[in-house]
Amino acid sequence: MVDWQPIWLTLKLAAVTTAILLIIGTPIAWWLARSTAWWKEGVAAVVALPLVLPPTVLGFYLLLALGPYGPGGWLAALWGERSLAFTFGGLVIGSVLYSLPFVVQPIRNAFQAIGDRPLEVAATLRASPLDAFLTVALPLARPGFLTGAVLAFAHTVGEFGVVLMIGGNIPGTTKVLSVAIFDHVEALEWERAHVLAGGMLVFSFTVILIMMTLERRMGRARA
Amino acid sequence: MTGLSARFRGTVGRFALDVAFEAPARGITALFGPSGCGKTTVLRCVAGLQHMPDGHLTVGGAVWQDGRRSRPTHARPIGFVFQDASLFPHLSVRANLTYGQSRAARLGAAEVVRFDEVVALLGLEPLLDRSPQRLSGGERQRVAIGRALLSRPGLLLMDEPLSALDRFSKDEILPYLEALHGLSIPVLYVSHDVAEVERLADHLVLLDQGRVVAAGPLEQLQADPALPLARLPEAGVVLHATVADHDPDYGLTTLAFDGGVLVVPGRLGEAGTPRRARIAAADVSLTRQPPRESSILNCLPARIDGSGPRDGVMIEVVLGLGGEGRGERLLARITRRSWDALGLAVGDAVYAQVKSVALLNRNP
Repeated sequence: MVDWQPIWLTLKLAAVTTAILLIIGTPIAWWLARSTAWWKEGVAAVVALPLVLPPTVLGFYLLLALGPYGPGGWLAALWGERSLAFTFGGLVIGSVLYSLPFVVQPIRNAFQAIGDRPLEVAATLRASPLDAFLTVALPLARPGFLTGAVLAFAHTVGEFGVVLMIGGNIPGTTKVLSVAIFDHVEALEWERAHVLAGGMLVFSFTVILIMMTLERRMGRARA
Repeated sequence: MTGLSARFRGTVGRFALDVAFEAPARGITALFGPSGCGKTTVLRCVAGLQHMPDGHLTVGGAVWQDGRRSRPTHARPIGFVFQDASLFPHLSVRANLTYGQSRAARLGAAEVVRFDEVVALLGLEPLLDRSPQRLSGGERQRVAIGRALLSRPGLLLMDEPLSALDRFSKDEILPYLEALHGLSIPVLYVSHDVAEVERLADHLVLLDQGRVVAAGPLEQLQADPALPLARLPEAGVVLHATVADHDPDYGLTTLAFDGGVLVVPGRLGEAGTPRRARIAAADVSLTRQPPRESSILNCLPARIDGSGPRDGVMIEVVLGLGGEGRGERLLARITRRSWDALGLAVGDAVYAQVKSVALLNRNP
């Protein structure tokens, strides 16, 4: 028997997170790739922090920030809630921060690989900076976007520590797949854990395979 | 319509640039000098790709830069051809060509050449639906030139467009560049290749170590013994001649220019066709008397206008062609011993014997 609720919740969380990450990650990656500001590497380090930080540490600080006495609580008060912790919205915020480096890094690399020249060419052909960004930089950086999106999605699906800290285990709201597996194991429901864990294994393998194939194909089209 | 007037002063890294020059509204002006003399930097400043806060630039009467106030590149009606064609790899040849065209049209710029004209002129028809990655170096550069022309420029900038190409691709592109003389817009052409400049340029801005050494019409600078051009081993001058007559019996064509005529082998087009003839200084010898029995066809009366330094083995002698010496100028390289043996002096009437004439443009 498969419990669909955590699966559905996980996919929803991963999709929303990936969409938000692409929207906020692109300008950050662009700025990191093009800026000459001396403090830019500092910003890059902050973005990359979740790579090395234990998820429980990030989760702990997020819990404080999202809770009733943090900015999250203040924000939640606007629509009459007490806190953003243990809500789906809080989970999205946590996932976005946690997966940010996985989106920013490949997109930044892709933007850097383009170099100045194509944008200079676009400018000499009357394209405004925004026009050049949309019609030259974005299409040329497409492989980076693909990698970033796939990594963000997969990473969110697999996240555990942060979710447990700020989301808890509320069925239908914050009980995602990884937490559900943990639950089943705790309750000694090995069979149900097997179904979910096996599903995750197949999913992860498929994602990596698709990504590598697409990257190779794009690389070939470009060469 | 007025041409271009530029002044840039500043530093890029450790390189100091301080230049001021003008370019006429029509024809090709070459920015010429050794590698690292700053010619590409000047071109990038004109395009607005690089900014020198201490600068001033007017093109066709419009101010493009006045100190810190500067039009961004995308607001300057230019066409820019880079050294490596720099085509957009994600677009087809056709989409590359129309990228600038559609944007310039939206801005209401006047058309310089039509799409089908450019395609025909540069022979792009078979390439249109291909990807730039599948083109040869010469083909790519042809597309880049077409793309720049279609962006409806008021000024065409070319940064050594031939230097990345092999001999064959160069010969393939040069006739297309010669056709640019027919455009009614000014062209700035960066090059460090004398042969290229002599074949294409009408005007010359000589640069060295970030400064302008000299500027003026090509033939004037070529015949100035004070400039480094006259001291090159391959020094010579370009004469702007027109076809005057053809002798079918011997297969010879007479070219007329200001100050004389030249007889050259071959059929070179209808009477009135303009041709560029190059005469190397080493191919010119001087005599006091007109030679009476000689196999050399061209012997031009001239007067000695001046000379380079007279302390080495060879002397560069500047000649004014024609009996009065008022026509175009010619450069002769003779030994100092000959100079002394003939007792030559500035103002003397002489005869210049021309051993060979090179015709520079095949497709006038």
